[in-house]
Amino acid sequence: MSLERFLNQAVSSWMSAAGPDSDIVLSSRIRLARNFDEYKFPTLFTHEEAKMIIDNMEVILNQSPIQKFGQMELLKIEELQPLQKRVLVEKHLISPHLAEDSRYGAVLLTENEEVSIMINEEDHIRIQCLYPGLQLSEALDAANEIDDWLESNVQYAFDEKHGYLTSCPTNVGTGLRASVMMHLPGLMLTQQINKIIPAINQLGLVVRGIYGEGSEALGNIFQISNQITLGKSEEDISRDLKGVVSQLISQERSAREALRKTSNIQLEDRVFRSLGVLSNSRIIESKEAARCLSDVRLGIDMGYIDKMPKTILNELMILTQPGFLQQYAGGSLRPYERDIRRAALIRDRIKMEQEK
Amino acid sequence: MICQECNQRPAALHFTKIINGEKTEVHLCEKCAQEKGEMFIFNGESGFTFNNLLAGLLNIDPNFQKPSQSPFHQEEILQCDSCAMTFPQFLKVGRFGCSHCYEAFKEQLKPVLRRLHSGNWTHNGKIPKRIGGGIHLRKQIEELKSNLKDSINNEEFEKAAEIRDEIRKLEKNLAASHEGGE
Repeated sequence: MSLERFLNQAVSSWMSAAGPDSDIVLSSRIRLARNFDEYKFPTLFTHEEAKMIIDNMEVILNQSPIQKFGQMELLKIEELQPLQKRVLVEKHLISPHLAEDSRYGAVLLTENEEVSIMINEEDHIRIQCLYPGLQLSEALDAANEIDDWLESNVQYAFDEKHGYLTSCPTNVGTGLRASVMMHLPGLMLTQQINKIIPAINQLGLVVRGIYGEGSEALGNIFQISNQITLGKSEEDISRDLKGVVSQLISQERSAREALRKTSNIQLEDRVFRSLGVLSNSRIIESKEAARCLSDVRLGIDMGYIDKMPKTILNELMILTQPGFLQQYAGGSLRPYERDIRRAALIRDRIKMEQEK
Repeated sequence: MICQECNQRPAALHFTKIINGEKTEVHLCEKCAQEKGEMFIFNGESGFTFNNLLAGLLNIDPNFQKPSQSPFHQEEILQCDSCAMTFPQFLKVGRFGCSHCYEAFKEQLKPVLRRLHSGNWTHNGKIPKRIGGGIHLRKQIEELKSNLKDSINNEEFEKAAEIRDEIRKLEKNLAASHEGGE
């Protein structure tokens, strides 16, 4: 497969489009958890019930489709190849749980992949809207519209006191998880992040790295999301998160300015060394790739590097994960082979920009 | 002893990890331990999961320990009559079986929800349009009633009378919507 064709198929709109504050905020996501009233939750439901839920969704989709978000496609998990599933997970369109453990799992996807509706995951329905940049309220509006559309066709599990009833008590109430993906190299380089994270946790929000394991955040990419779903309105949850994110944006910007003033040449050196590594290496592990991509993105944002798209970090962080690399290669790869493939993919992608 | 992470400061914290009978000793200074803090708990050691946390939350509450402490009262096991999930089962998997479980385990759930959602235990957000008609009205009435109380306390009787009329109107609507076959 040619790189260009691969990119066309692989890159969803939230990865490549620009949004508000997209120098720091990579994407905003809203997720709503919903359940049908008359069926048992996925923990206990029978195969017949699971099938009926998918059938129901297919009927709704065929008989009273929602026009606004374009054509939707229903993918049944059991009909997908392992590699296809992995690619959907790496694009954040479905959860690992849906890909691996769900019975009769399925997903409804819009063409631009901004909207995905998971069926029979931990809850019967999980509506997800993923937008580029800081667009929480836009994503919430879209999710609400889809929610209203579904609700006009099915009976949701809802009670006045507990709100939307979910399989897990951590999601009950609004069923809302709002999250924002941020690139925070300035706060990492100035080592302020260790002070900021505990403060954010105290506000009922969670900060974690989305790539990498444990406490490390590969590529200086962090995800900030709400923990509390009960007792606050959807708008309040989204507004509170947005407030904290705006604070982080201004802190990150001033950290970058401080770095420019105090260690301009060191920073420039770091950026161009990383660009050198990405343009020339023949073997690269995901950890090193992530670090260099973060540096290069910072270099683009701060004006050291021009003629390079801002979205390169987001795009390559996703495309250099094992599933995508193997899809690009057209077969399974051992870890060592992946590192070679990864280096080649990144080199080719950078060359493509430079030849433009 | 020197901290094994930074090899500079003296180690202040000493852990012994035993995983599948394999013993590892860890010595860290306070600073490194703090930095590594999260890693020690979440570093792929799957013994520490959400379910354990949830069960932990429930067991702290004295209400749940009392019944089992008394040998003379054979406490009935709480069970959801719709999906047959028992309360101990719920504790084990951390997931409900169906929407009726919320009603069946209502009393036990309240403290859990409070802990999970920093003190909150009632919904304050979106209400589905179709099934929520009556709920919308009831919420509105509740709000008006509290306004009415405030107005009376502030001796704003004219305003109070207006609110009272509004409440009567809404209550009529509510009754009508019930008769209309909900």
